[in-house]
Amino acid sequence: MSAISASNIYKVFGRRPEAAVKQLQAGATREELQKRGNTAAVIDASFEVEPGEIFVVMGLSGSGKSTIIRMVNGLLPLTAGEMSIQGEPLSKLSSSELLKVRRHKVSMVFQHFALLPHRTVGENAAYGLKIQGMNRTEREAKANEALEMVGLGGWGNYKPGELSGGMQQRVGLARALAAGTDIMLMDEAFSALDPLIRRGMQDQLIELQQKLGKTILFITHDLNEAMRLGDRIAMMRDGRIEQVGTAEEILNDPASNYVARFVADVDRTRVLTAGSIAEPPYAVIGRELGPQAAHKLLRENQPSWLLVVDRQKKPVGMVWEDDVAEAVRTGRHDLPFSTRHEMPLVDESTPVHELFERSAQHRSPLVVTDPDGRVAGVIPRVTLLAAVSGGVTEEPSSKEAEGANL
Amino acid sequence: MIENFPPAIPIGDWVADGIDWVNEYLRFLLDFIKVTGTAINDALVNVLLAPPPLIMVLIFAALAWFVRSWRLGVGVVVSFLLIMSMGQWTQAMQTLALVLIATFTAIIIGIPVGIWAAKSARVSAIVKPILDLMQTMPAMVYLIPAIVFFSIGVVPGLFSTIVFSLPPGVRFTELGIRGVDKETVEAGESFGATDWEILRGIQLPLALPTIMAGINQVIMLALSMAVIAGMVGADGLGKEVVGALSTINTARGVEAGLSIVFLAIFLDRFTAALGDPADYPHSLLSKWRARRERAMKDQEVKEQAVAPAAA
Repeated sequence: MSAISASNIYKVFGRRPEAAVKQLQAGATREELQKRGNTAAVIDASFEVEPGEIFVVMGLSGSGKSTIIRMVNGLLPLTAGEMSIQGEPLSKLSSSELLKVRRHKVSMVFQHFALLPHRTVGENAAYGLKIQGMNRTEREAKANEALEMVGLGGWGNYKPGELSGGMQQRVGLARALAAGTDIMLMDEAFSALDPLIRRGMQDQLIELQQKLGKTILFITHDLNEAMRLGDRIAMMRDGRIEQVGTAEEILNDPASNYVARFVADVDRTRVLTAGSIAEPPYAVIGRELGPQAAHKLLRENQPSWLLVVDRQKKPVGMVWEDDVAEAVRTGRHDLPFSTRHEMPLVDESTPVHELFERSAQHRSPLVVTDPDGRVAGVIPRVTLLAAVSGGVTEEPSSKEAEGANL
Repeated sequence: MIENFPPAIPIGDWVADGIDWVNEYLRFLLDFIKVTGTAINDALVNVLLAPPPLIMVLIFAALAWFVRSWRLGVGVVVSFLLIMSMGQWTQAMQTLALVLIATFTAIIIGIPVGIWAAKSARVSAIVKPILDLMQTMPAMVYLIPAIVFFSIGVVPGLFSTIVFSLPPGVRFTELGIRGVDKETVEAGESFGATDWEILRGIQLPLALPTIMAGINQVIMLALSMAVIAGMVGADGLGKEVVGALSTINTARGVEAGLSIVFLAIFLDRFTAALGDPADYPHSLLSKWRARRERAMKDQEVKEQAVAPAAA
């Protein structure tokens, strides 16, 4: 069962929104509706967020992402479609049941922290628990626990105004964690912070998520943040979801020119991993074979090296063209492992930007291994450079490119 | 035909008929208001005049020091002693009682209406012109129905004072609540707080400085009505001013007028400090709060220091 499930949801502001939805379904554009005084904030959006996942909704301002997140906990009612939390459709809930969902199932972190300035940090962190009706001693203990978790132990009696922006947002995070909900909504939670602090908060969020297994719906306009945090990303534009996929899928296989243009500036080396750019290991030779076989393979494939593997496909070493030729000439029977060139091994999950140094140090291609230590592929230097320069080779047509003008 | 346009509309008669109707059929209610109003006023005046005036001056000075500064305390001692010297103490306390009762009533009515107007655009649209009417209609005009309803005495004075001083209480409350950061209210909603919990825990506390500014305005307007109230026979400094005017007695007029000014300055500074305690770090209240907060932080630091040692 999905933690959050949105199916064909619409949100239209203005008069007679239901009629506007009908027009949209009949093919009216957002601009046509605007002329009639209706603002279509979210149009026919569907997505599922699985338990324990960080799902990022990414879009520029006005794309409808803030509206979507407020539809998840019912702050904004849907105009059409259905939103379900842990299989429970929100439209079937009475208002008191909706309050219960907000108290026990979904908590939220806000862009500008939204802390109560007249309450202490501890009282702020305990806010959700107070609303749940928990008694003072219990909620103070839980709030302190949450504050410890975000690294704010000992700050409980300060006022939010005495804290820096980053610390205030950690109070906001603690408030959401203390509420003990499975699902956390984060509305541009780090956008108001300095880049350096934002980076630290992202790391902390990933760490907390791995420890606590929360389901997180994260809204951002920062693509790099989306790629860093998101297990999956929904790309939004003008109220519609253009594509849902992993960072790699969106980078390597953009569903539309808009997405392609959008991701063009992404630092691909931080998103792509060694596994995703590796080539299949085409020049491989079993370790039990001899120089003659190696020589033949080299002639057929024309690389200057061969990767030697054992029966489990684990890499053993590399042999080079000139050494093989020498071995054939001298009549050796075993493979002449190179003494000058090492075999650089990298794990398939290594981000690409960490590969450059290794690649520069070695003449050999990088050998990519899977978690079991078997060969998953190789990355010759030329492949590495090609991957960084961008997989999208086709230029979008000029008309569409204008439409996606950023 | 054109001579008959616009036709004469007897709006004044209609209102007068309405007033007569109320006077006739709601007599019991008006009498009840008159009796309780007089009783409350007399009781408060008696309380204010019960201790020796010197003691009262010290109490006012202490209050001023408590919420604002020792300087205001000194100012209160000097100015209130002057009121005593001018022989206006009794009248000043009578006026203070009237202002306090009128303010209290205006708050009781004004804040809920302001909250309602903040929640509903429709209520706001209806309330606004009524408030404009209350504030711009010359105060003397609703003195007339006040006398019809309550004859002369303190209650018609209270009635017109309340009508005149109510609007800022409503307006500032609405403004304050509408001005509360939207995201913070959303935070309350997103954690499942009820409307009442959001109002109590978020909107009212955050709007408090604005609401207190409104109450400050209410008090100032109420005081400015003191003279009008004196015209319908409410005892106090206003009656002194009216008396001085009718006998062209400059000396008496100046003394009563100055006493009103001193009272006004005290009430204004005092309520301004109540609304924004953080702006007055030298008040006894702020010092006491700061000490308590520091003590709590120190205690936490000690606990932090002890915890690793225990582990």
